[in-house]
Amino acid sequence: MGAAAVDCAGVWKFYGDYPALRDISIQVSEGHCLALIGRNGAGKTTLLRILAGFSKPGKGHVHIGGQDPREAEARRHIGCIGHGIALYDELSAIENLRLFGRLYELPDPEKSAREWLERTGLERVRDGLVREFSRGMRQRLAVARAFLHGPSVLLLDEPFTALDDRAIVVLQTVLRDALAAGRTVVICTHQLREALELATDVALISRGRIAFHGERTAEMVSDPGWIYAHHGDN
Amino acid sequence: MRFARQVLVILAKDLRAEMRTKEAINASLAFALVILLILSFAFDPSEETTREISGGLLWIVFTFAGTLVLNRSFARELPNDCLDALIAAPVPRAALFVGKALASFVLILAVEIVALPVFGIFYNVRWARQFWPLILVLLLGTWGLTAIGTLFSALTVNIRLREVMLPLLVYPLMIPLLLGAMQLSALLVSGQPITGDMTVWLRLLVGFDIIFTALSLALMDTVLMG
Amino acid sequence: MFVMLALAAILLVRHLYMISVLPDELQQGQIFRIIFFHVPAAIAAMCGSAVALVASVLFLITRKFKYDALAVAVTEVGLAFLAVNLVTGSIWARVIWGVWWAWDARLTSALVCWILYAGYLILRQALEEPTQRATFAAVYSIFAFTDVPIVIFSIRWWRTLHPQPVFFTKSGSFPADWTFTLVLNLLAMSLLYAVLTMIRLRQEHTMREIDFLRREAHAV
Repeated sequence: MGAAAVDCAGVWKFYGDYPALRDISIQVSEGHCLALIGRNGAGKTTLLRILAGFSKPGKGHVHIGGQDPREAEARRHIGCIGHGIALYDELSAIENLRLFGRLYELPDPEKSAREWLERTGLERVRDGLVREFSRGMRQRLAVARAFLHGPSVLLLDEPFTALDDRAIVVLQTVLRDALAAGRTVVICTHQLREALELATDVALISRGRIAFHGERTAEMVSDPGWIYAHHGDN
Repeated sequence: MRFARQVLVILAKDLRAEMRTKEAINASLAFALVILLILSFAFDPSEETTREISGGLLWIVFTFAGTLVLNRSFARELPNDCLDALIAAPVPRAALFVGKALASFVLILAVEIVALPVFGIFYNVRWARQFWPLILVLLLGTWGLTAIGTLFSALTVNIRLREVMLPLLVYPLMIPLLLGAMQLSALLVSGQPITGDMTVWLRLLVGFDIIFTALSLALMDTVLMG
Repeated sequence: MFVMLALAAILLVRHLYMISVLPDELQQGQIFRIIFFHVPAAIAAMCGSAVALVASVLFLITRKFKYDALAVAVTEVGLAFLAVNLVTGSIWARVIWGVWWAWDARLTSALVCWILYAGYLILRQALEEPTQRATFAAVYSIFAFTDVPIVIFSIRWWRTLHPQPVFFTKSGSFPADWTFTLVLNLLAMSLLYAVLTMIRLRQEHTMREIDFLRREAHAV
């Protein structure tokens, strides 16, 4: 693996002729956590979706672990949490995890599923249907799903939004463990505090461009508005 | 084979989810029976002439009921953004297509198998006189519907008025298939075998299925990735 | 611009020639003149569908919007030409047979093709975002225009098995000088097709500019 687990070079994204992302070049090294900050409509989700391989950049390229995220092999090492929990309401918790275990061709889907149910505190409701879960439980199961296949790169789109306190703790613990194990994380966020605490790097995206990219400092954590004040355009 | 295993995972998931709720299959079955009923009023089943053409009417029922199932195929992935998770998984899009198409195929066939005897009763036809050829036509025709319908289910999943757009786009494309299936079904239901000139319709069905399955497999990636 | 004017001028000349020639060839049943519009319209529309197919494939390969613009322009004009074909066919049927419509192979095929073209345009209307619209429309158009020959074949076979009174005996029974006029008219129609397509292409270009400006304005 190269030093940059996530590598974005000269990426443009067009809607028709209009560039939603302009010349984005950004790298995240292995074991680092990037907090991608920006206002609504700035392009955070668009960029994250390109990193995850859901859409194609108009120009430029993206490499995750040295490969194009649209290749099946690369997708094996990517875990995503988006706005929806990406779980089937009609299936039970364990059925969902087993399904994803099989889709990712894990050697023992059953074992991995049970492991992650325990880690997210959902062991007791494993046979419950997802549609009966509370919001916090669904969020925790989404975390289990994203981490189930041991991805080396995690792409999270506003993961802390509307989590209850238990779910926040679970997610933070899981993320810290992942970072300690050398995984790479990119978090899109508004919820500046929780994300900034975990982050090693910060990038501000504004109107489709990277307005700032640097190390996370103590100032940023204590005053979340600092970045917008110093680097955003108000 | 790995591809086959991946197809099975998708197929199993769709069928399991459907069996839990039975939304699509119940609606589809009910719809099929209602249409059969309405057709009985439009084309009086006691007329001898109606019985001669009734095999063709079957395909109206199958196509309309099938659309309900096909719509659901990708629509079931919308809640909770499950479609994203499926696309993110390292499963080739072709496996996704085949898995979902097979699931819809099974469900639509189930509706058809139930609808056939009911049709036989309403129209007072002994439809099983050419049983195996009729089943063959059913399989070929339903697969054509499913192959195109699954691709367009993916294409229309995020469009406004999805439930209308799917039939609107698919039915005209299927006219050759329907023409062939109706001709053959009318023939078989009235008890005659497929011979001579009529075999061209069989060849049409097979050719149509091959061409459009290949097209759907080739374009599935484009539709999902956008 | 000059190209368009030149084309339009040639077109007019040919049209006038054609119209002046026709009265000389007038046979009993004036209505036979309609064939000079009916047949070329269909041929032009079918060529259009082939162009649209190629343009759609090219768009999917290169992702250049000019191919998408070509596909939609050609299809829209094709829709109009097929409508001409259907209406003239219907009028002819009314005069000859007293019915507004008859399910003969050619008319029926034309109707199905018309519906396929219309489906393309309806799909485009339902899609807002330009890249998605172009992509999905291209996918549909590949399906639709691959289907066209299959439709024509299957309907012709259907009519062969269940023969119907045939209206128009089109092949071979023309006097030689008629054929020349027909070809001339075909040329005229094709030129008209090309001119209309170009007009539509410019429209498409303008619409894309407007979309770009709109998005830019919203982003500020």
